[in-house]
Amino acid sequence: MDKKLNNIEKFILKKISDIDDFPSGAFNIRENGSGIKRHTTENVNIVSKTDKQGIDIIVKEGTKNETIHIPVILTKGGLTDIVYNDFYIGKNAEVTIIAGCGIHNDSCETSEHDGIHRFFLEEGAKVKYIEKHYGQGEGTGKRILNPQTIIDLKDGSSLEMETVQIKGVDNSIRQTFGNLAKDTNLVINEKIMTHGAQFAKTEFDVVLNGENASTHVTSRSVAKDASKQEFISKVSGNTKCYGHVECDAIIMDNATVKAIPEILANNIDARLIHEAAIGKIAGEQMVKLMTLGLSEKEAENEIINGFLK
Amino acid sequence: MLELKNICFNRDGKQILDNISFAIDDNKFIVITGPNGGGKSTLAKIIMGIEKPDSGLVLLNGEDITNLSITERANKGIGFAFQQPVKFKGITVYDLINLSLGKKVKFSEACKYLSAVGLCPRDYMKREVNASLSGGELKRIEIATVVARKSGLTIFDEPEAGIDLWSFSNLIDVFSDMKDEISGSIMIISHQERILNIADNIILISNGKIKESGTRDEVLPKLLNNTKTCKFLKEDING
Repeated sequence: MDKKLNNIEKFILKKISDIDDFPSGAFNIRENGSGIKRHTTENVNIVSKTDKQGIDIIVKEGTKNETIHIPVILTKGGLTDIVYNDFYIGKNAEVTIIAGCGIHNDSCETSEHDGIHRFFLEEGAKVKYIEKHYGQGEGTGKRILNPQTIIDLKDGSSLEMETVQIKGVDNSIRQTFGNLAKDTNLVINEKIMTHGAQFAKTEFDVVLNGENASTHVTSRSVAKDASKQEFISKVSGNTKCYGHVECDAIIMDNATVKAIPEILANNIDARLIHEAAIGKIAGEQMVKLMTLGLSEKEAENEIINGFLK
Repeated sequence: MLELKNICFNRDGKQILDNISFAIDDNKFIVITGPNGGGKSTLAKIIMGIEKPDSGLVLLNGEDITNLSITERANKGIGFAFQQPVKFKGITVYDLINLSLGKKVKFSEACKYLSAVGLCPRDYMKREVNASLSGGELKRIEIATVVARKSGLTIFDEPEAGIDLWSFSNLIDVFSDMKDEISGSIMIISHQERILNIADNIILISNGKIKESGTRDEVLPKLLNNTKTCKFLKEDING
Protein backbone atom coordinates (compact mmCIF):
# COMPACT_ATOMS: atom_id res chain seq x y z
CA MET A 1 0.00 0.00 0.00
CA ASP A 2 2.90 2.36 -0.54
CA LYS A 3 3.58 3.98 -3.88
CA LYS A 4 4.38 7.21 -5.65
CA LEU A 5 1.80 8.85 -7.89
CA ASN A 6 2.43 9.22 -11.61
CA ASN A 7 1.44 12.33 -13.58
CA ILE A 8 -1.96 11.04 -14.76
CA GLU A 9 -2.85 10.05 -11.21
CA LYS A 10 -1.72 13.41 -9.88
CA PHE A 11 -3.72 15.24 -12.56
CA ILE A 12 -6.91 13.31 -11.80
CA LEU A 13 -6.44 13.78 -8.06
CA LYS A 14 -6.10 17.51 -8.62
CA LYS A 15 -9.31 17.51 -10.67
CA ILE A 16 -11.41 15.66 -8.13
CA SER A 17 -9.91 16.62 -4.77
CA ASP A 18 -7.77 19.68 -5.42
CA ILE A 19 -4.68 17.85 -4.22
CA ASP A 20 -1.86 16.60 -6.42
CA ASP A 21 -0.08 14.44 -3.90
CA PHE A 22 -0.79 12.67 -0.66
CA PRO A 23 -2.50 15.19 1.60
CA SER A 24 -1.85 15.88 5.22
CA GLY A 25 -4.57 14.61 7.53
CA ALA A 26 -6.57 11.43 7.16
CA PHE A 27 -6.96 9.97 3.68
CA ASN A 28 -7.53 6.81 1.72
CA ILE A 29 -6.72 6.70 -1.97
CA ARG A 30 -8.18 3.88 -4.01
CA GLU A 31 -7.02 3.02 -7.51
CA ASN A 32 -8.37 0.38 -9.87
CA GLY A 33 -10.23 -1.53 -7.23
CA SER A 34 -7.81 -1.47 -4.31
CA GLY A 35 -6.46 0.97 -1.75
CA ILE A 36 -3.02 2.36 -2.60
CA LYS A 37 -2.33 4.52 0.41
CA ARG A 38 -4.01 5.36 3.69
CA HIS A 39 -3.32 7.64 6.61
CA THR A 40 -5.23 8.00 9.83
CA THR A 41 -5.08 10.57 12.62
CA GLU A 42 -5.75 10.57 16.32
CA ASN A 43 -9.36 11.53 15.69
CA VAL A 44 -10.07 9.89 12.36
CA ASN A 45 -9.73 6.16 11.87
CA ILE A 46 -10.12 4.39 8.55
CA VAL A 47 -10.76 0.64 8.56
CA SER A 48 -11.20 -1.73 5.63
CA LYS A 49 -14.45 -3.63 5.48
CA THR A 50 -14.14 -7.36 5.81
CA ASP A 51 -17.37 -8.46 4.16
CA LYS A 52 -17.20 -6.32 1.01
CA GLN A 53 -15.11 -3.72 -0.81
CA GLY A 54 -14.86 -0.43 1.03
CA ILE A 55 -13.91 1.32 4.22
CA ASP A 56 -15.39 2.61 7.45
CA ILE A 57 -14.38 6.14 8.35
CA ILE A 58 -14.81 6.76 12.04
CA VAL A 59 -14.58 10.31 13.35
CA LYS A 60 -14.29 10.73 17.12
CA GLU A 61 -16.76 12.78 19.10
CA GLY A 62 -15.82 16.46 19.31
CA THR A 63 -13.26 16.37 16.46
CA LYS A 64 -12.84 19.87 15.02
CA ASN A 65 -11.61 21.19 11.68
CA GLU A 66 -10.16 18.03 10.18
CA THR A 67 -10.25 17.30 6.46
CA ILE A 68 -10.55 13.75 5.19
CA HIS A 69 -9.73 12.84 1.59
CA ILE A 70 -11.07 9.63 0.07
CA PRO A 71 -10.61 9.89 -3.70
CA VAL A 72 -10.98 7.04 -6.18
CA ILE A 73 -9.02 6.79 -9.42
CA LEU A 74 -9.71 4.45 -12.30
CA THR A 75 -7.00 4.29 -14.97
CA LYS A 76 -7.83 0.89 -16.48
CA GLY A 77 -10.58 0.03 -18.91
CA GLY A 78 -12.84 -2.95 -18.46
CA LEU A 79 -13.07 -2.49 -14.71
CA THR A 80 -16.26 -2.19 -12.66
CA ASP A 81 -15.41 -1.02 -9.18
CA ILE A 82 -18.16 -1.12 -6.57
CA VAL A 83 -17.21 0.28 -3.21
CA TYR A 84 -19.09 0.77 0.05
CA ASN A 85 -17.84 3.54 2.31
CA ASP A 86 -19.51 4.27 5.63
CA PHE A 87 -18.87 7.46 7.60
CA TYR A 88 -19.55 7.46 11.32
CA ILE A 89 -19.34 11.01 12.60
CA GLY A 90 -19.25 11.36 16.39
CA LYS A 91 -21.22 13.83 18.50
CA ASN A 92 -20.44 17.50 17.82
CA ALA A 93 -17.60 16.63 15.43
CA GLU A 94 -16.99 19.10 12.59
CA VAL A 95 -15.18 17.77 9.55
CA THR A 96 -14.78 18.27 5.83
CA ILE A 97 -14.81 15.16 3.65
CA ILE A 98 -13.54 15.34 0.10
CA ALA A 99 -14.47 12.36 -2.04
CA GLY A 100 -14.90 11.93 -5.75
CA CYS A 101 -13.94 9.71 -8.60
CA GLY A 102 -11.79 10.38 -11.62
CA ILE A 103 -11.62 8.01 -14.56
CA HIS A 104 -8.84 8.04 -17.13
CA ASN A 105 -9.87 5.54 -19.76
CA ASP A 106 -7.70 5.19 -22.88
CA SER A 107 -9.08 1.77 -23.72
CA CYS A 108 -12.11 0.72 -25.68
CA GLU A 109 -13.64 -1.03 -22.70
CA THR A 110 -15.99 0.50 -20.20
CA SER A 111 -14.74 1.77 -16.83
CA GLU A 112 -17.33 1.99 -14.11
CA HIS A 113 -17.24 3.11 -10.52
CA ASP A 114 -20.24 2.79 -8.25
CA GLY A 115 -19.58 4.41 -4.90
CA ILE A 116 -22.11 3.84 -2.17
CA HIS A 117 -21.52 6.28 0.65
CA ARG A 118 -23.48 6.19 3.88
CA PHE A 119 -23.26 8.97 6.42
CA PHE A 120 -24.30 8.52 10.04
CA LEU A 121 -24.13 11.81 11.91
CA GLU A 122 -24.54 11.77 15.68
CA GLU A 123 -26.14 14.66 17.59
CA GLY A 124 -24.70 18.06 16.81
CA ALA A 125 -22.20 16.82 14.18
CA LYS A 126 -21.44 19.01 11.18
CA VAL A 127 -20.08 17.73 7.89
CA LYS A 128 -19.12 19.43 4.68
CA TYR A 129 -18.99 16.77 1.99
CA ILE A 130 -17.48 17.58 -1.40
CA GLU A 131 -17.78 15.07 -4.20
CA LYS A 132 -16.39 15.66 -7.68
CA HIS A 133 -16.64 13.43 -10.71
CA TYR A 134 -14.44 13.68 -13.73
CA GLY A 135 -13.60 11.56 -16.74
CA GLN A 136 -10.91 11.76 -19.41
CA GLY A 137 -9.05 9.58 -21.89
CA GLU A 138 -8.80 8.99 -25.62
CA GLY A 139 -10.36 5.54 -25.74
CA THR A 140 -13.83 4.71 -26.95
CA GLY A 141 -14.58 2.86 -23.71
CA LYS A 142 -17.36 4.46 -21.73
CA ARG A 143 -16.78 6.17 -18.41
CA ILE A 144 -19.63 5.40 -16.06
CA LEU A 145 -20.14 6.69 -12.53
CA ASN A 146 -23.08 5.86 -10.31
CA PRO A 147 -22.67 7.49 -6.91
CA GLN A 148 -25.15 6.79 -4.17
CA THR A 149 -25.24 8.82 -0.99
CA ILE A 150 -27.33 7.88 2.01
CA ILE A 151 -27.51 10.43 4.78
CA ASP A 152 -28.84 9.86 8.26
CA LEU A 153 -28.94 12.96 10.43
CA LYS A 154 -29.53 12.67 14.18
CA ASP A 155 -30.87 15.58 16.25
CA GLY A 156 -29.12 18.90 15.74
CA SER A 157 -26.68 17.65 13.10
CA SER A 158 -26.13 19.10 9.65
CA LEU A 159 -24.56 18.11 6.37
CA GLU A 160 -23.68 20.27 3.41
CA MET A 161 -23.01 18.37 0.23
CA GLU A 162 -21.42 19.75 -2.88
CA THR A 163 -21.53 17.45 -5.87
CA VAL A 164 -19.93 18.33 -9.16
CA GLN A 165 -19.76 16.51 -12.48
CA ILE A 166 -18.34 18.79 -15.10
CA LYS A 167 -16.79 16.76 -17.88
CA GLY A 168 -16.10 13.45 -19.43
CA VAL A 169 -18.61 11.18 -17.72
CA ASP A 170 -20.66 9.27 -20.29
CA ASN A 171 -23.29 7.90 -18.03
CA SER A 172 -24.20 8.64 -14.46
CA ILE A 173 -27.06 7.93 -12.14
CA ARG A 174 -26.66 9.89 -8.94
CA GLN A 175 -28.92 8.99 -6.06
CA THR A 176 -29.07 10.80 -2.74
CA PHE A 177 -31.28 9.79 0.15
CA GLY A 178 -31.72 11.81 3.31
CA ASN A 179 -33.42 10.97 6.59
CA LEU A 180 -33.58 14.01 8.86
CA ALA A 181 -34.33 14.07 12.59
CA LYS A 182 -35.14 17.05 14.82
CA ASP A 183 -33.35 20.39 14.26
CA THR A 184 -31.24 19.07 11.40
CA ASN A 185 -30.24 20.71 8.18
CA LEU A 186 -29.26 19.16 4.85
CA VAL A 187 -27.95 21.40 2.07
CA ILE A 188 -27.17 19.90 -1.31
CA ASN A 189 -25.61 21.84 -4.16
CA GLU A 190 -25.31 19.95 -7.41
CA LYS A 191 -23.56 21.10 -10.57
CA ILE A 192 -23.59 19.10 -13.74
CA MET A 193 -22.46 19.69 -17.29
CA THR A 194 -23.04 17.11 -19.98
CA HIS A 195 -22.01 17.15 -23.61
CA GLY A 196 -21.81 14.85 -26.63
CA ALA A 197 -24.19 11.94 -26.13
CA GLN A 198 -23.83 11.80 -22.34
CA PHE A 199 -26.61 10.96 -19.95
CA ALA A 200 -26.88 12.14 -16.36
CA LYS A 201 -29.69 11.33 -14.01
CA THR A 202 -30.05 12.75 -10.55
CA GLU A 203 -32.46 11.54 -7.93
CA PHE A 204 -32.97 13.15 -4.55
CA ASP A 205 -35.21 11.68 -1.92
CA VAL A 206 -35.26 13.54 1.37
CA VAL A 207 -37.59 12.75 4.24
CA LEU A 208 -38.05 15.39 6.93
CA ASN A 209 -39.02 13.39 9.99
CA GLY A 210 -37.99 15.59 12.91
CA GLU A 211 -39.45 18.90 14.01
CA ASN A 212 -37.62 21.90 12.52
CA ALA A 213 -35.71 19.73 10.06
CA SER A 214 -34.85 21.61 6.91
CA THR A 215 -33.35 20.92 3.53
CA HIS A 216 -32.28 23.06 0.63
CA VAL A 217 -31.44 21.28 -2.62
CA THR A 218 -30.04 23.30 -5.50
CA SER A 219 -29.24 21.79 -8.85
CA ARG A 220 -27.63 23.81 -11.63
CA SER A 221 -26.90 22.06 -14.86
CA VAL A 222 -25.88 22.72 -18.42
CA ALA A 223 -26.80 20.25 -21.15
CA LYS A 224 -24.92 20.65 -24.44
CA ASP A 225 -24.90 18.88 -27.80
CA ALA A 226 -27.17 15.81 -27.80
CA SER A 227 -26.78 15.04 -24.10
CA LYS A 228 -29.68 14.14 -21.86
CA GLN A 229 -30.35 14.97 -18.24
CA GLU A 230 -33.01 13.98 -15.78
CA PHE A 231 -33.63 15.55 -12.39
CA ILE A 232 -35.99 13.87 -9.99
CA SER A 233 -36.52 15.29 -6.55
CA LYS A 234 -38.76 14.07 -3.79
CA VAL A 235 -39.10 15.85 -0.48
CA SER A 236 -41.52 14.60 2.14
CA GLY A 237 -42.41 16.59 5.23
CA ASN A 238 -43.82 14.57 8.11
CA THR A 239 -43.80 17.29 10.77
CA LYS A 240 -43.14 21.01 11.17
CA CYS A 241 -40.29 21.36 8.70
CA TYR A 242 -39.00 23.27 5.68
CA GLY A 243 -37.89 22.00 2.31
CA HIS A 244 -36.79 23.94 -0.73
CA VAL A 245 -35.72 22.42 -4.05
CA GLU A 246 -34.42 24.48 -6.93
CA CYS A 247 -33.60 22.99 -10.31
CA ASP A 248 -32.14 25.37 -12.83
CA ALA A 249 -30.92 24.13 -16.19
CA ILE A 250 -29.42 25.75 -19.27
CA ILE A 251 -30.21 23.81 -22.39
CA MET A 252 -28.15 24.13 -25.57
CA ASP A 253 -27.97 22.63 -29.04
CA ASN A 254 -30.06 19.43 -29.25
CA ALA A 255 -29.90 18.49 -25.59
CA THR A 256 -32.89 17.47 -23.50
CA VAL A 257 -33.53 18.14 -19.83
CA LYS A 258 -36.36 16.71 -17.80
CA ALA A 259 -37.23 17.85 -14.27
CA ILE A 260 -39.70 15.90 -12.18
CA PRO A 261 -40.59 17.47 -8.87
CA GLU A 262 -42.44 15.75 -6.08
CA ILE A 263 -43.17 17.37 -2.76
CA LEU A 264 -45.29 15.63 -0.22
CA ALA A 265 -46.62 17.32 2.91
CA ASN A 266 -47.95 14.91 5.53
CA ASN A 267 -48.32 17.59 8.18
CA ILE A 268 -50.06 20.97 8.22
CA ASP A 269 -46.84 22.67 9.38
CA ALA A 270 -44.69 21.24 6.62
CA ARG A 271 -43.60 24.01 4.25
CA LEU A 272 -42.26 22.68 0.97
CA ILE A 273 -41.25 24.55 -2.15
CA HIS A 274 -40.11 23.32 -5.53
CA GLU A 275 -38.81 25.56 -8.28
CA ALA A 276 -37.72 24.31 -11.67
CA ALA A 277 -36.56 26.32 -14.65
CA ILE A 278 -35.16 25.06 -17.93
CA GLY A 279 -34.21 27.39 -20.73
CA LYS A 280 -31.55 28.53 -23.13
CA ILE A 281 -29.02 31.23 -22.22
CA ALA A 282 -30.86 34.53 -21.91
CA GLY A 283 -30.23 36.68 -24.99
CA GLU A 284 -29.89 39.80 -22.88
CA GLN A 285 -27.04 38.22 -20.88
CA MET A 286 -25.17 37.56 -24.13
CA VAL A 287 -25.81 41.11 -25.33
CA LYS A 288 -24.59 42.63 -22.06
CA LEU A 289 -21.30 40.72 -22.17
CA MET A 290 -20.84 41.52 -25.85
CA THR A 291 -21.20 45.23 -25.05
CA LEU A 292 -18.21 44.66 -22.74
CA GLY A 293 -16.20 43.45 -25.76
CA LEU A 294 -16.63 39.68 -25.44
CA SER A 295 -17.27 37.59 -28.54
CA GLU A 296 -20.42 35.47 -28.68
CA LYS A 297 -18.45 32.33 -27.75
CA GLU A 298 -16.60 34.08 -24.91
CA ALA A 299 -19.88 35.47 -23.55
CA GLU A 300 -21.44 31.99 -23.64
CA ASN A 301 -18.47 30.50 -21.78
CA GLU A 302 -18.55 33.19 -19.10
CA ILE A 303 -22.28 32.71 -18.55
CA ILE A 304 -21.92 28.92 -18.25
CA ASN A 305 -18.82 29.11 -16.05
CA GLY A 306 -20.56 31.58 -13.77
CA PHE A 307 -23.71 29.47 -13.66
CA LEU A 308 -21.75 26.36 -12.67
CA LYS A 309 -19.31 28.13 -10.35
CA MET B 1 -16.75 61.46 -33.43
CA LEU B 2 -19.99 59.57 -33.94
CA GLU B 3 -22.23 60.43 -36.85
CA LEU B 4 -25.70 59.16 -37.63
CA LYS B 5 -26.91 59.66 -41.19
CA ASN B 6 -30.55 59.28 -42.17
CA ILE B 7 -31.34 56.50 -39.71
CA CYS B 8 -34.77 54.91 -40.28
CA PHE B 9 -36.26 52.08 -38.23
CA ASN B 10 -39.72 50.53 -38.61
CA ARG B 11 -41.35 47.84 -36.52
CA ASP B 12 -44.83 46.35 -36.85
CA GLY B 13 -45.81 48.98 -39.39
CA LYS B 14 -44.78 51.83 -37.11
CA GLN B 15 -42.03 54.27 -37.93
CA ILE B 16 -39.93 54.30 -34.75
CA LEU B 17 -37.10 56.44 -36.17
CA ASP B 18 -37.65 58.68 -39.15
CA ASN B 19 -34.55 59.92 -40.92
CA ILE B 20 -32.46 60.78 -37.88
CA SER B 21 -29.14 62.51 -38.49
CA PHE B 22 -26.81 64.11 -35.98
CA ALA B 23 -23.21 64.04 -34.83
CA ILE B 24 -21.57 63.80 -31.42
CA ASP B 25 -18.21 65.54 -31.32
CA ASP B 26 -15.36 64.24 -29.22
CA ASN B 27 -15.44 65.02 -25.51
CA LYS B 28 -19.04 66.21 -25.58
CA PHE B 29 -21.81 65.45 -23.13
CA ILE B 30 -25.05 64.98 -25.01
CA VAL B 31 -28.47 64.39 -23.53
CA ILE B 32 -31.20 62.90 -25.70
CA THR B 33 -34.61 63.63 -24.30
CA GLY B 34 -38.22 63.32 -25.38
CA PRO B 35 -41.45 61.55 -24.55
CA ASN B 36 -41.61 57.82 -23.83
CA GLY B 37 -42.01 55.75 -26.96
CA GLY B 38 -40.37 58.46 -29.05
CA GLY B 39 -37.54 56.24 -30.28
CA LYS B 40 -34.68 57.27 -27.96
CA SER B 41 -33.78 53.81 -26.65
CA THR B 42 -34.02 52.33 -30.13
CA LEU B 43 -31.56 54.95 -31.31
CA ALA B 44 -29.13 54.06 -28.49
CA LYS B 45 -29.43 50.37 -29.37
CA ILE B 46 -28.75 51.12 -33.04
CA ILE B 47 -25.54 52.94 -32.08
CA MET B 48 -24.42 49.96 -29.97
CA GLY B 49 -25.43 47.44 -32.68
CA ILE B 50 -28.12 45.77 -30.59
CA GLU B 51 -30.65 46.78 -33.25
CA LYS B 52 -29.96 47.22 -36.98
CA PRO B 53 -31.45 50.20 -38.79
CA ASP B 54 -33.59 49.61 -41.88
CA SER B 55 -31.60 52.30 -43.63
CA GLY B 56 -29.02 54.93 -42.85
CA LEU B 57 -25.41 54.91 -41.67
CA VAL B 58 -23.60 54.86 -38.35
CA LEU B 59 -20.09 56.28 -38.59
CA LEU B 60 -17.48 56.20 -35.84
CA ASN B 61 -14.48 58.41 -36.43
CA GLY B 62 -15.32 58.36 -40.14
CA GLU B 63 -15.56 54.53 -40.34
CA ASP B 64 -18.86 52.98 -41.37
CA ILE B 65 -19.79 50.66 -38.48
CA THR B 66 -23.42 50.10 -39.52
CA ASN B 67 -22.86 46.40 -40.15
CA LEU B 68 -20.42 45.69 -37.35
CA SER B 69 -21.38 43.42 -34.46
CA ILE B 70 -21.91 44.55 -30.86
CA THR B 71 -18.52 43.07 -29.89
CA GLU B 72 -16.72 44.89 -32.70
CA ARG B 73 -18.32 48.19 -31.74
CA ALA B 74 -17.46 47.64 -28.07
CA ASN B 75 -13.85 47.03 -29.04
CA LYS B 76 -13.84 50.18 -31.16
CA GLY B 77 -14.80 52.22 -28.12
CA ILE B 78 -18.56 52.29 -27.63
CA GLY B 79 -19.92 51.55 -24.16
CA PHE B 80 -23.55 50.99 -23.21
CA ALA B 81 -25.37 51.09 -19.88
CA PHE B 82 -28.71 49.30 -20.03
CA GLN B 83 -31.92 50.88 -18.85
CA GLN B 84 -32.81 47.56 -17.22
CA PRO B 85 -29.54 46.08 -15.95
CA VAL B 86 -29.07 42.46 -16.92
CA LYS B 87 -29.00 39.90 -14.11
CA PHE B 88 -26.82 36.79 -14.05
CA LYS B 89 -26.56 33.61 -12.04
CA GLY B 90 -23.16 32.98 -10.51
CA ILE B 91 -21.37 35.98 -12.03
CA THR B 92 -20.23 38.29 -9.24
CA VAL B 93 -19.80 42.05 -9.25
CA TYR B 94 -16.01 41.48 -9.20
CA ASP B 95 -16.28 39.12 -12.21
CA LEU B 96 -18.29 41.68 -14.13
CA ILE B 97 -15.80 44.48 -13.42
CA ASN B 98 -12.96 42.22 -14.61
CA LEU B 99 -14.89 41.41 -17.77
CA SER B 100 -15.49 45.13 -18.34
CA LEU B 101 -11.80 45.88 -17.98
CA GLY B 102 -10.88 42.93 -20.21
CA LYS B 103 -8.41 41.62 -17.62
CA LYS B 104 -8.34 40.34 -14.08
CA VAL B 105 -7.40 43.14 -11.75
CA LYS B 106 -6.63 43.13 -8.05
CA PHE B 107 -9.53 43.45 -5.70
CA SER B 108 -8.30 46.85 -4.55
CA GLU B 109 -8.20 48.12 -8.14
CA ALA B 110 -11.74 46.91 -8.83
CA CYS B 111 -12.98 48.58 -5.64
CA LYS B 112 -12.53 52.10 -6.93
CA TYR B 113 -15.15 51.58 -9.63
CA LEU B 114 -17.75 50.61 -7.06
CA SER B 115 -16.80 53.40 -4.68
CA ALA B 116 -17.28 55.85 -7.55
CA VAL B 117 -20.95 54.89 -7.81
CA GLY B 118 -21.48 55.10 -4.06
CA LEU B 119 -21.37 51.40 -3.24
CA CYS B 120 -19.17 50.04 -0.48
CA PRO B 121 -16.94 47.54 -2.33
CA ARG B 122 -16.57 45.28 0.71
CA ASP B 123 -20.32 44.68 0.77
CA TYR B 124 -20.81 44.12 -2.92
CA MET B 125 -17.70 42.77 -4.64
CA LYS B 126 -18.41 39.10 -3.97
CA ARG B 127 -22.15 39.29 -4.49
CA GLU B 128 -23.77 37.77 -7.53
CA VAL B 129 -25.29 40.18 -10.02
CA ASN B 130 -28.71 38.67 -9.49
CA ALA B 131 -32.19 39.50 -8.26
CA SER B 132 -31.02 39.66 -4.63
CA LEU B 133 -29.73 43.15 -5.45
CA SER B 134 -32.17 46.04 -5.51
CA GLY B 135 -32.96 47.98 -8.68
CA GLY B 136 -30.81 50.91 -7.49
CA GLU B 137 -27.89 48.64 -6.61
CA LEU B 138 -28.06 46.89 -9.98
CA LYS B 139 -28.20 50.23 -11.73
CA ARG B 140 -25.14 51.53 -9.95
CA ILE B 141 -23.23 48.30 -10.67
CA GLU B 142 -24.28 48.60 -14.32
CA ILE B 143 -22.93 52.14 -14.43
CA ALA B 144 -19.70 51.10 -12.67
CA THR B 145 -19.05 48.39 -15.29
CA VAL B 146 -19.56 50.85 -18.11
CA VAL B 147 -17.50 53.64 -16.53
CA ALA B 148 -14.66 51.11 -15.99
CA ARG B 149 -14.36 50.61 -19.75
CA LYS B 150 -13.40 54.26 -20.37
CA SER B 151 -14.95 54.06 -23.83
CA GLY B 152 -14.56 56.79 -26.42
CA LEU B 153 -18.35 57.06 -26.46
CA THR B 154 -20.42 55.91 -23.51
CA ILE B 155 -24.19 55.64 -23.84
CA PHE B 156 -26.47 55.59 -20.78
CA ASP B 157 -30.07 54.61 -21.43
CA GLU B 158 -32.23 56.31 -18.82
CA PRO B 159 -29.85 55.95 -15.88
CA GLU B 160 -32.47 57.42 -13.57
CA ALA B 161 -35.07 54.74 -14.36
CA GLY B 162 -35.91 52.51 -11.42
CA ILE B 163 -33.71 54.14 -8.82
CA ASP B 164 -34.54 56.06 -5.68
CA LEU B 165 -33.90 59.76 -5.24
CA TRP B 166 -30.91 59.21 -2.97
CA SER B 167 -29.20 57.01 -5.54
CA PHE B 168 -30.11 59.47 -8.25
CA SER B 169 -28.31 62.27 -6.43
CA ASN B 170 -25.19 60.13 -6.37
CA LEU B 171 -25.54 59.38 -10.05
CA ILE B 172 -25.54 63.05 -10.93
CA ASP B 173 -22.18 63.28 -9.13
CA VAL B 174 -20.89 60.31 -11.14
CA PHE B 175 -21.84 61.98 -14.41
CA SER B 176 -20.43 65.32 -13.30
CA ASP B 177 -17.15 63.59 -12.40
CA MET B 178 -17.12 61.75 -15.71
CA LYS B 179 -17.66 65.04 -17.47
CA ASP B 180 -14.81 66.69 -15.56
CA GLU B 181 -12.41 63.85 -16.24
CA ILE B 182 -13.75 63.18 -19.68
CA SER B 183 -11.65 61.21 -22.09
CA GLY B 184 -14.46 60.63 -24.56
CA SER B 185 -18.06 61.52 -25.27
CA ILE B 186 -21.08 60.74 -23.16
CA MET B 187 -24.59 60.31 -24.50
CA ILE B 188 -27.34 60.03 -21.92
CA ILE B 189 -31.00 59.36 -22.57
CA SER B 190 -32.88 61.13 -19.84
CA HIS B 191 -35.98 63.01 -18.82
CA GLN B 192 -34.37 64.57 -15.79
CA GLU B 193 -33.78 68.29 -15.63
CA ARG B 194 -30.76 67.76 -13.39
CA ILE B 195 -29.11 65.69 -16.09
CA LEU B 196 -30.17 68.16 -18.80
CA ASN B 197 -28.51 70.84 -16.66
CA ILE B 198 -25.06 69.33 -17.03
CA ALA B 199 -25.30 68.62 -20.78
CA ASP B 200 -23.22 70.39 -23.42
CA ASN B 201 -25.85 69.69 -26.06
CA ILE B 202 -29.46 68.54 -25.93
CA ILE B 203 -31.41 66.73 -28.63
CA LEU B 204 -35.19 66.39 -28.34
CA ILE B 205 -36.63 63.35 -30.12
CA SER B 206 -40.37 62.88 -30.43
CA ASN B 207 -42.33 60.54 -32.70
CA GLY B 208 -39.08 59.30 -34.22
CA LYS B 209 -37.91 62.75 -35.33
CA ILE B 210 -35.49 65.34 -34.02
CA LYS B 211 -37.63 68.24 -32.82
CA GLU B 212 -34.89 70.35 -31.23
CA SER B 213 -31.11 70.21 -31.24
CA GLY B 214 -28.49 72.61 -29.94
CA THR B 215 -26.49 73.69 -26.94
CA ARG B 216 -28.00 73.41 -23.49
CA ASP B 217 -28.49 77.16 -23.32
CA GLU B 218 -30.33 77.12 -26.61
CA VAL B 219 -32.56 74.10 -26.02
CA LEU B 220 -33.21 73.86 -22.27
CA PRO B 221 -35.16 77.13 -21.90
CA LYS B 222 -37.43 76.05 -24.75
CA LEU B 223 -38.05 72.67 -23.10
CA LEU B 224 -38.85 74.21 -19.76
CA ASN B 225 -40.93 77.13 -20.99
CA ASN B 226 -42.62 76.00 -24.12
CA THR B 227 -45.52 73.88 -22.96
CA LYS B 228 -46.65 73.48 -26.54
CA THR B 229 -43.51 71.70 -27.74
CA CYS B 230 -42.66 70.13 -24.46
CA LYS B 231 -45.75 69.10 -22.64
CA PHE B 232 -44.22 65.78 -21.60
CA LEU B 233 -41.41 67.38 -19.64
CA LYS B 234 -43.79 69.55 -17.63
CA GLU B 235 -45.74 66.43 -16.82
CA ASP B 236 -42.59 64.65 -15.70
CA ILE B 237 -41.54 67.50 -13.48
CA ASN B 238 -44.96 68.00 -11.99
CA GLY B 239 -45.57 64.29 -11.66
